[in-house]
Amino acid sequence: MPMPETVSIPPSPPVDQVGIHERAARFASRSIKKEAKVQALKLTLSMIDLTTLTGADSPGKVKQLCTKAKHLADPDLPGCDDLPHVAAVCVYPTMVPVAKKELDGTGIHLAAVATGFPTGQYPLPVRLEDTRRAVEAGADEIDMVISRGRFLAGDLNYVFDEIAQTKEACGEAHLKVILETGELSTYDNVRRASDLAMHAGADFIKTSTGTVSPAATPEVTLVMLQAIADFHRATGKVIGMKPAGGIKTSKQAIHYLVMLRETLGQQWLHPDRFRFGASSLANDVLMQIVKQASGNYQSGDYFSLD
Amino acid sequence: MTTSPTLNFDTDWSYAPAPETAPVELADAYGLFINGEFTDAKAGKTFGTVNPATEKRLATVAEAGDADVDAAVTAAQTAYDKVWSKMPAADRGKYLFRIARLIQERAREFAVLESMDGGKPIRESRDVDIPLVAAHFFYYAGWADKLDYAFPGPRKPSPVGVCGQVIPWNFPLLMAAWKLAPALACGNTVVLKPAETTPLTALKLAELLRDAELPPGVVNILPGAGATGAAIVNHPGVKKVAFTGSTDVGKAIARSLAKTDKRFTLELGGKAANLVFADAAIDQAVEGIVNGIFFNQGHVCCAGSRLFVEESIHDELIAKLQDRMKTLIVGDPLDKNTDIGAINSRPQLEKIEHYLKLGQEEGAEMWQPETPVPARGFFCKPTLFLNCAQSSSVVQDEIFGPVLAVQTFRTFGEAMTKANNTPYGLSGGVWTDKGAKVFKATSKVRAGVVWANTFNKFDPSSPFGGYKESGVGREGGLHGLKEYCSLN
Amino acid sequence: MKPDTDTIVDTSTDTHASPRLAVAKTYKLYLGGKFPRTESGRYYKLFSGGGDSGEVLANVCLGSRKDFRNAVVAARAAQPGWASASAFLKSQILYRVAEMLEGRASQFAAELVSMGLEPEAARAEVTTAIDRLVHFAGWADKYQQVFSAVNPVASSHFNFTILEPTGVVAVIAPEASPLAGLVSALVPVIVGGNTAVVIASHARPLSAITLAEVLHTSDVPGGVVNLITGDKAELLPHVGTHMDVNAVVYADDDRDQLAALREAAADNLKRVVQRGGVDWLGDDANDPYTILATQEVKTTWHPIGV
Repeated sequence: MPMPETVSIPPSPPVDQVGIHERAARFASRSIKKEAKVQALKLTLSMIDLTTLTGADSPGKVKQLCTKAKHLADPDLPGCDDLPHVAAVCVYPTMVPVAKKELDGTGIHLAAVATGFPTGQYPLPVRLEDTRRAVEAGADEIDMVISRGRFLAGDLNYVFDEIAQTKEACGEAHLKVILETGELSTYDNVRRASDLAMHAGADFIKTSTGTVSPAATPEVTLVMLQAIADFHRATGKVIGMKPAGGIKTSKQAIHYLVMLRETLGQQWLHPDRFRFGASSLANDVLMQIVKQASGNYQSGDYFSLD
Repeated sequence: MTTSPTLNFDTDWSYAPAPETAPVELADAYGLFINGEFTDAKAGKTFGTVNPATEKRLATVAEAGDADVDAAVTAAQTAYDKVWSKMPAADRGKYLFRIARLIQERAREFAVLESMDGGKPIRESRDVDIPLVAAHFFYYAGWADKLDYAFPGPRKPSPVGVCGQVIPWNFPLLMAAWKLAPALACGNTVVLKPAETTPLTALKLAELLRDAELPPGVVNILPGAGATGAAIVNHPGVKKVAFTGSTDVGKAIARSLAKTDKRFTLELGGKAANLVFADAAIDQAVEGIVNGIFFNQGHVCCAGSRLFVEESIHDELIAKLQDRMKTLIVGDPLDKNTDIGAINSRPQLEKIEHYLKLGQEEGAEMWQPETPVPARGFFCKPTLFLNCAQSSSVVQDEIFGPVLAVQTFRTFGEAMTKANNTPYGLSGGVWTDKGAKVFKATSKVRAGVVWANTFNKFDPSSPFGGYKESGVGREGGLHGLKEYCSLN
Repeated sequence: MKPDTDTIVDTSTDTHASPRLAVAKTYKLYLGGKFPRTESGRYYKLFSGGGDSGEVLANVCLGSRKDFRNAVVAARAAQPGWASASAFLKSQILYRVAEMLEGRASQFAAELVSMGLEPEAARAEVTTAIDRLVHFAGWADKYQQVFSAVNPVASSHFNFTILEPTGVVAVIAPEASPLAGLVSALVPVIVGGNTAVVIASHARPLSAITLAEVLHTSDVPGGVVNLITGDKAELLPHVGTHMDVNAVVYADDDRDQLAALREAAADNLKRVVQRGGVDWLGDDANDPYTILATQEVKTTWHPIGV
């Protein structure tokens, strides 16, 4: 039996695809130079969820990643003497204990993907248990996935409930809700899923797992930022945003920050409100920081790959 | 009533200056471009053109008088008789293709100069004006040898003769392209007058036409003011007049041509209604409203200067619009991040300021963001007038500035009635997510261009022009081509 | 059975007894689907054979500025309805006009002869008028297809250009061709959804009023065509300056009149269509570009997206 949309959250406004693309393109036409660029680069670093999410992840690999999170670059490099640390390290639940040990006392958050990442195609009790265990093991942030199949089938109640229950399972940990926008097909769906997640208790909404293409795009991020803005105007709540996957260069990251600044403003220009889910972004940002300070273009050979 | 939570756009992180630095070779003085040569005005008259962002003089420009107009028309007639109308059509097309390419090659230089002379943000001159100039020449270049396929029926098109073209200051080079490209494609020759506050890109274009080896006399460019324009319009050698500018001048031209059989096209004023229904994609509507009225400082004849909002979403929409307006950057036209550049001239700024005062006196509520504005130069903040009545001056009159008059409506019928309650009919906007309503509304709006769920889009293949007092005839596309041909 | 246009029924005698007293027709104006006299009460004498004296053919209404005003009001009221009538219906109605005209061909011919036309010329006027109507009836659902466009814009928009009626159009009928000329000038205007106010031939006005009777019985809605007889020199300045008239088709041959009309028309930028010098009996008058002359070109943009 098809499930009617009975979930009792306010209707979502329609989203015009062409209009979203035009607006997103306009952010990308901003030219960020000099001190504004340095400020943006450092802000970007502070917002990165340094991520490793592969089947080959091992304690050794996660340790290396945590070391990178703590020591982004040689402080003797030009411009690198007062770098912020990244916002979080993001790993699979099995790697949480390893990362926890490495990150204790650093101020770097420990995020675990849970709820049957990346597809969510497991029974809900299993997914909730996955969440509880990750939190117990020391994760203070949980990146959950929603059941896209259920969402596309119109069973919004199910998705609402799974988010609400995951939120409950998180306890004190912050909940990031991954919509996997690459599977939602339309911006209208992205918008609806964003509203659903926020009403169900998300602390952050997040675009993607990184395993589906397209992952984060400026357009989909804009749709979600506008949903956050409307949710704030309606409820006063401040929900965070995390585009994840596909953001590889400083230039991209800066244009996301431009979008953030002009869509949500001051309150969101902070790692507590905005994250980049990325693995290779950090080094490009570091190279740009050194370039800004030294005036010379940089080589990847001088920045550790972890 | 509790105040709803607001967003704060006064951020710790803001953008550093990002000036466009592409060099422009600018002479101290420019002459008239007649028969392929730059010459002084016969009467020796000149005028200065200033950068409206700095109020500094950019160059001295010769001002064409009656004798110069006569010389230019003679040159154009000679070129028409001996060269241009006789040339194989494909070759005419090749010249236009060549012009299009040269514009692309020198696009940045033209963009910078356009922003310097006219005050528009470099983002727009770089991303909109100059690319459209090249696109226009490309589009009409292709028509040159296909005119026989353009007009159904047994009659064959032939050129009209010498065309007199008078263009405005809001899109100086783009309007030159809109006028020149179809005229030349059809085999006509041209005498063109750029506006007195923005002559420089047209004169740079003259240099480019010479580089393109366009035969002398095919295009003649005569800077000057109203008297020069009148001399061109009324010259007996001119067979077709094309004017873009104010409705008052358009009417005067129509009167002055009454005793002649000269053809004319007029692109005149507007006071477009932008209608937002409650079911619209609201954030995109906000963006469309911003593009509709703040694009090019609102110096746009088709600007969406009257906003009609369905009452049930008025407060929400206005709050969003105000948030969006807080992020608009007003300032140096040459800064790549500037959204709203300089008002084109002091008189235009004074006109806008007059309406800001008048609107308040008449009881409308004025709102402007706390955006910083440069101390020097001609600048105006983006402005809303809330709670306007249909009778408000800011609703009735074309202000030609970044000033938006907001009204509400309750029913579809009321929206259409108010939208059409104007002597103008150039453009309109409709925002609704319902397809059937889109087509109903766009067919009800009495205007030559209707944007549904978008605004201020232009394309060389898309005809543009007004109903009622907004003009006569069309420019752009196939329908713009017809204005420059006779069918025999 | 097809009536023979050459048959003119003589009603002046009765076969049985004494000469029958003829019933003369009162020629009035045609405004808003009604046949009122001029509000001014004025008239001019029309003499038989088109001369300056002799037998009075009719006391023709000398229409006034106010009659013209009333006609414009009626035309304006009828315009939206007529414009929104389907092309098929407009076509049917115009063909019906041709049918009715054919049925009354002999009356028209006789009337034209009474105003001074040679019988052969009168017949040509009538048959041309009928054929012109048939020709343009067929254009009703075709001109839009022939002259509109879908424009290949560079952005993601569906962009199309269509024709819409200009609105209320004054038609200044030719003096020379009182029926064929009138029909040829009028039909392209109304086939395109405009409504019309006709200023009839001053010298030969009767055909115009009789044509109004035909229109009236052919399902042409009241107000679509309004018809005024009178003095052009008196009426034209008011035509030119009336702010609710959108266009004027000047189908007469007086250059000074045309220039004055153009000058006055500039007040609200009426489109002035010059159709002087036309061979009203010839095929050139079938030109569909004459429909375009009182059409506005509308271009609509719409995003293409999901």
